[in-house]
Amino acid sequence: MVMWKKEEFDNYQTTDVLETANRLGLEKEKLIEMYRTMMKIRFFEEMADKQYALGKVHGTMHLSAGQEAVAVGSGFAIKKSDYLLNHHRGHGHFIASGADVNKMMAEFLGKDTGYCRGRGGSMHIADVTANNLGANGIVGGGLQLAVGVGIAIQMRKTDQLVLTIFGDGAANEGIFHESLNMAGIWDLPILYLCENNQYGMSANVNRVSAKTPFKARAEAYGIPGYYIDGNDVLAVYEFMKNASEHIRAGKGPVFVEAQTYRYFGHSKSDRNLYRTKEEIEYWKTVEDPIDRFEGLLLQADLLKVEEIKAMQNEINKEIEAAVTFAENSPEPDVKDLTEWVYA
Amino acid sequence: MPEKTYREAIHDAMVEEMRRDETVFLMGEDIGSYGGAFGVSAGMLAEFGPERVRETPISELGIVGAAAGAAMVGMKPIAEMMFMDFILLALEPLMNQAAKARYMFGGKATVPMVVRMAGGSGTGAAAQHSQSLESILMAIPGIKVVAPSTPYDAKGLLISAIRDPNPVCFVEHKVLYKVKGEVPEGEYSIPLGVAEIKHPGTQLTVVSSGIMVSKSLAVATKLEAEGINVEVLDLRTLRPMDNEAIIKSVKKTGRLLVVHEAPQTGGWAGEVLAVVAGSEAFDYLDAPMRRLAGKDVPIPYNRFLEAAAVPQEADIEAEIRAILSNKY
Repeated sequence: MVMWKKEEFDNYQTTDVLETANRLGLEKEKLIEMYRTMMKIRFFEEMADKQYALGKVHGTMHLSAGQEAVAVGSGFAIKKSDYLLNHHRGHGHFIASGADVNKMMAEFLGKDTGYCRGRGGSMHIADVTANNLGANGIVGGGLQLAVGVGIAIQMRKTDQLVLTIFGDGAANEGIFHESLNMAGIWDLPILYLCENNQYGMSANVNRVSAKTPFKARAEAYGIPGYYIDGNDVLAVYEFMKNASEHIRAGKGPVFVEAQTYRYFGHSKSDRNLYRTKEEIEYWKTVEDPIDRFEGLLLQADLLKVEEIKAMQNEINKEIEAAVTFAENSPEPDVKDLTEWVYA
Repeated sequence: MPEKTYREAIHDAMVEEMRRDETVFLMGEDIGSYGGAFGVSAGMLAEFGPERVRETPISELGIVGAAAGAAMVGMKPIAEMMFMDFILLALEPLMNQAAKARYMFGGKATVPMVVRMAGGSGTGAAAQHSQSLESILMAIPGIKVVAPSTPYDAKGLLISAIRDPNPVCFVEHKVLYKVKGEVPEGEYSIPLGVAEIKHPGTQLTVVSSGIMVSKSLAVATKLEAEGINVEVLDLRTLRPMDNEAIIKSVKKTGRLLVVHEAPQTGGWAGEVLAVVAGSEAFDYLDAPMRRLAGKDVPIPYNRFLEAAAVPQEADIEAEIRAILSNKY
């Protein structure tokens, strides 16, 4: 069974939510919003999976259930004015950055009202006008774009940063090294978030990586690197917040590797032949990021069981409304097929 | 009109655009104090400083990827690839990212970037520093490909390429860098996608680009003395291709020869022939359409082998005579 290297984590596990929230300057409302967003991501993905099972999704999708703490912890730590470059398993990060689930579900179903007007699908959801520069179908694709976005920010002298999120698989692409080297020599305002869910498709990270955790690779390029518990939403928030402050202070890039786990298969063709049921069950029952945060909130009396129920009903309605919106939306007009190939 | 080299014309276009628009910047290997591998960016570091004349590590994938990222957020980067062969290390950001971002994001992104690269043979640089890869670049929707043949065109087209809101591959021929030609003072631009008749004629159309235009022109001038009237059409932009100009010229002359340095198989000459074959110009043909392209071989080192690998003036002349006399 794959376990994480807890003893190597740079964070302390959150045990007292009040103490941690106080230290991080997080109000109760913010904590509840974080919890609610994690739940919303989970429900959205379960509904997306259902839509697929019903045959309503033409293509594939990459679900991130189990990784919600990484999405919410990082999404809440950066600003709306920052740029986001995402990987192919990006639903959670988009929802955490405030994306409209109606437009996301519509894109899934290939509708004209979707974020990409049905041209991109799950793997290419983007909202460029909101500084969301897209999910990416190429592993490591965002790592190279981040260098250019970082250069642009640096030349314009704004206090923005670019958050580029990639998986453990991308850390073994050549571009990983080119990107970190360039960011290192030019002190670019890039926040590298390696979302290590332990499998690049079927390849276990420790089998295909000569040395883990990856923070040593960042340090090799003069970039401070951290390895943290990615299922502890407040730990993710804390490290991402600190990293963003370091970057905004003009001190150059930071690398954070968040250890997590995905519940669903890589994509819809995955039969989970490379991992055991026990392993998946362990993560779902012992390490689930929503359960862990929920337990802390209940323990601190910041949340009541009946409030959770009400919240779940509300989110369910929101997600169902997204499906209705998507279903009632028109298909793109085939006569517009070749629009937007060129500007 | 003052004379300038092809190299100076490209240099001037970059300098003028960088003075005019602060979002334009140059990045690439050895473009600073070295002045660029071909001397094109000489003096630019002194005028614009290291941020806008950004010397990079040897990271072609990183350079083109960074250009795409900067372009997506409103900058207008010019990435210099040094030898065109090196673009093969960077096809991912060019073809998967820059070319597709606008379309796959539903028309919301623009990627105004230029990738400059020196292509072509003739310098003894052999197989990995002499290729003409235009046909490969042209095969991906979303990318424009420009290949100027004269200093005048190089400057006007590069200015348009920098201002264009799409990714543009700007193919410079390394043998042309020293060639001089008339370049007017002051600002001018040449629209992308518009071919030009470099030598008017009535009996046969030669469609070509880049260095093959100069070779075709030399042949056309020579044949003119014999009363053979060849029209030389310089495409200037390979994608989008000026189909209208090709069709119009072939309707006038009734004969077509396409000349390019890129290898024949999969080369863009096939595209030109298909355009004519499927158009009203087909009915005007008095002879089979022909193409004269680079041989399907890596460019060799030895000077005689190298010359034999790509069309030379004698080959172009022989082809023209063959078409005109119906002997192939």
